[in-house]
Amino acid sequence: MITLLEARGIGKRFGGLTALSDVSLTIRKGEIYGLIGPNGAGKTTFFNVLTGAYTAEQGEIVFNGTELPAGKPHLVVEAGIARTFQNIRLFREMTALENVMAGHHIRSRANPFAILLQTKHAKEEERLITERAFELLRYVGIERFADTVSKNLSYGDQRRLEIARALATEPQLLALDEPAAGMNATETGKLRELVQTIRHDGVTVLLIEHDVKLVMGLCDRLAVLDFGKKIAEDVPAMVQKNDAVISAYLGGGTHKAGAAA
Amino acid sequence: METLLQQTVNGLVVGSVYALVALGYTMVYGILGLINFAHGDVLMIGALVALEAIRLIQLYAPDLGLIPTLLGGLGVSVIVCMALGYTIERTAYRRLRNAPRLAPLITAIGVSFLLQTLAMIIWGRNYHTFPQLVSTTPLEPVAGVFITPVQIAILVVSATLMVALLLLVNKTRLGRAMRATAENHKVASLMGVDTNKIIAATFIIGSALAAVAGVMFSSNYGIAHYAMGFMPGLKAFTAAVLGGIGNLGGAMLGGLLLGLVESIGAGYIEDMSFGFLNSSYQDIFAFVILGIVLIFRPTGLLGERVADRA
Amino acid sequence: MNQLALAIPWLGKRNPAAARWVVIALALAAPLIAVLFGKTWVRILDFAMLYVMLAIGLNLVVGFAGLLDLGYIAFYAVGAYTFAFLASPHFDIHLPFWLVLPAGAGFAALAGIILGLPTLRLRGDYLAIVTLGFGEIVRIFLNNLNHPINITNGPQGINMVDPLVLFGWDISQGLQIGESFKINSLFLYYYVFLAFVVLSIILVQRLQISRIGRAWAAIRDDELAAKAIGINTRNMKLLAFSLGATFGGVSGGLFAAFQGFVSPESFSLMESIAVLTMIVFGGMGNLAGVIVGALALTALPEILRYVAVPVQQALFDRVILDPEVLRMLLLSLAMIFMMLLRPSGLIPAYSRYSRPELVVGKESSGEAAK
Repeated sequence: MITLLEARGIGKRFGGLTALSDVSLTIRKGEIYGLIGPNGAGKTTFFNVLTGAYTAEQGEIVFNGTELPAGKPHLVVEAGIARTFQNIRLFREMTALENVMAGHHIRSRANPFAILLQTKHAKEEERLITERAFELLRYVGIERFADTVSKNLSYGDQRRLEIARALATEPQLLALDEPAAGMNATETGKLRELVQTIRHDGVTVLLIEHDVKLVMGLCDRLAVLDFGKKIAEDVPAMVQKNDAVISAYLGGGTHKAGAAA
Repeated sequence: METLLQQTVNGLVVGSVYALVALGYTMVYGILGLINFAHGDVLMIGALVALEAIRLIQLYAPDLGLIPTLLGGLGVSVIVCMALGYTIERTAYRRLRNAPRLAPLITAIGVSFLLQTLAMIIWGRNYHTFPQLVSTTPLEPVAGVFITPVQIAILVVSATLMVALLLLVNKTRLGRAMRATAENHKVASLMGVDTNKIIAATFIIGSALAAVAGVMFSSNYGIAHYAMGFMPGLKAFTAAVLGGIGNLGGAMLGGLLLGLVESIGAGYIEDMSFGFLNSSYQDIFAFVILGIVLIFRPTGLLGERVADRA
Repeated sequence: MNQLALAIPWLGKRNPAAARWVVIALALAAPLIAVLFGKTWVRILDFAMLYVMLAIGLNLVVGFAGLLDLGYIAFYAVGAYTFAFLASPHFDIHLPFWLVLPAGAGFAALAGIILGLPTLRLRGDYLAIVTLGFGEIVRIFLNNLNHPINITNGPQGINMVDPLVLFGWDISQGLQIGESFKINSLFLYYYVFLAFVVLSIILVQRLQISRIGRAWAAIRDDELAAKAIGINTRNMKLLAFSLGATFGGVSGGLFAAFQGFVSPESFSLMESIAVLTMIVFGGMGNLAGVIVGALALTALPEILRYVAVPVQQALFDRVILDPEVLRMLLLSLAMIFMMLLRPSGLIPAYSRYSRPELVVGKESSGEAAK
């Protein structure tokens, strides 16, 4: 297995509060990798460090053999990591199709002059972007809403659209922040299928989830964070038996594992 | 050296007027995250209403002493401005509290221009002479520095008001509710704070301070005018940002500092620029400071909390 | 022009082709209709065209990219003064307009970049107040840079600015046809300005439906999400700012040539606010709305001027509200009430960021295939 991403000794503090300390983990090419942990364990912080929203004080992240630029989200996307948001963030005044087209921004090149002069190349690129965006909408199953303004889509479709938009950046690693949050059982089932298809088509997936059942069933390997530290990294079957994990979930006074499942 | 001392005194006087106005900006911003563009125009309305009231008092009660006349005018103007502040919040801003971020900002600009237009309709375009009821004749110079009674009055009144405001915010129930609302609307209302009332109160208090500032401004310069609120308003906003917006102490510090920089700067700008710029450029100090602060220390001198609303 | 058709709400939806012809016919015939009411109205139309250009440019910044710029008129000033410096007796330089106009546009764009570089990372409301400050600084300099070296001629401004000379033909002289017929220069300026407006519309639409237009809309709708799909938000904002400024610069140049003189008075904060109100009134972000807003808010105060003044004279024997006050009153009320009652503007239209011919019909065929 080839390593796609390696986080080495990530540390992040907010004022006096340690959010992450010495977190190291390895994501392999082609796997679905889960990141779980109780509330406030540092999952989202890690996610934000990974995607360049925060800068970590310690450690580095190596992606595809090169170090990721810290604190520059657009360069992280350029390097091949795309993300979704826990509380869906679409471009609300644009249609579903246009949202995905916007996702192609970084993989298209037309400059202002080419656009103002409508050069052959610019026109062709625009046609290609539109077509590819249609394909992606079809891929996540919402092409019939292509011309619908995104704020009018249903919750589940908005989630799918956000994933399509992330895929439009042509990522090697797709990072999903609690994609099942707020979904019912049917929607979650469909989401599971979609994630598997995405992996099947060659995109590595990083999944941050509260829904332990979904994570256990879907992920090849997972890491568990607690109080900003990694306490386990293994295949789901082994993680389930890990004492530290059990006490983190049950002993910490929360029954999230059972309740969320 | 004497020039420097003199400019320092002048700067403190102007600065304390800025500070009073800055408090209004900073309180509203702290609670709503809104730049109340119309705040400077409340100052203008304050000055013009006071002028009108003083004229009436002088007409119908010419025997009333100078100070009671001034206090009467001030009282009327404070009451009118409090009502005005409440009306603005109630009619223009309240409905837009959850609107897209540009909407309340644009409305605020609209309110500012509406107030100016109304003032233009009522009082015309001319400069009005503001009666100088407190003397503007300098007293005997101390260490070569001239100071006028009106300047002393401005310093005393603004210091008193600032202390009173700090006490109000830190020691009273209303103040506690204001702080809670500024921290988090939802939580505050869950804890039983009527946030609508608190926000209205904030506007009312801010407007009262602006009215006083307007009267002091006009008493010092001897004029009142429909557009007089724009510059002090902008400068007071700068002062609020300089001190750290949302922070009361910061607004006071920012106001005084801005007054000093401006006053001392104006005295030396010609030398500093080798005669290229003269004191008619005095007004750009505020903008330059605003730019520098926002670029290098957007949280201001005393600000810690980075409000990430809007 | 498709968008313009929507400016006629009823016809625009039912019969876009007919609506388009109506719009084109109106645009071409406008000065001929206006002159029936007097030559002043043609002049007002000319100014309306300049405001339309300004509104199109500011809309690019505020409506597309969501950046509230309160000092936009400063770019207009840069364009106008560049024209005046390079084509007037003031420095005794008389360069042709096809050199001066681009120079003004370039300087305005440069000013946009200089202002934007440090300030565009500020949050929206801070940006508003910094740009407001910038507008005032420019005006203060224009007013005072007549000493110690006379650059701007201070409050008096610069007179006798060269008119537009197209291929050796001075259009301010009008057009003599035959012996007895002469087309007034006001008409000619109208058509020149109209050409600029049409060009602006085409260019702005091209930008809107492109990766750049989508990036702007993305930043406006959700800046964090825009970053998360790899948009370099700083560069894109800077681009919006400088392109918007370019439009301001070009209109400023045209203004200087048309008016024949420039003075700081024309570039007050009120003008920035007026242009902002136009786009708020018509509908931020949608081109048809912005154009209608600009036309309406240029014409309305003038109509009021001719109606309200005589009415007041008749009723009260004196003029209580002079035209300038009426204009301010109208603009400020328009701004407040539009935001409170109809925030999407007079003509709320959904703005496209994709080519309709590539989209429409496709989603239904996808449905059929299923």
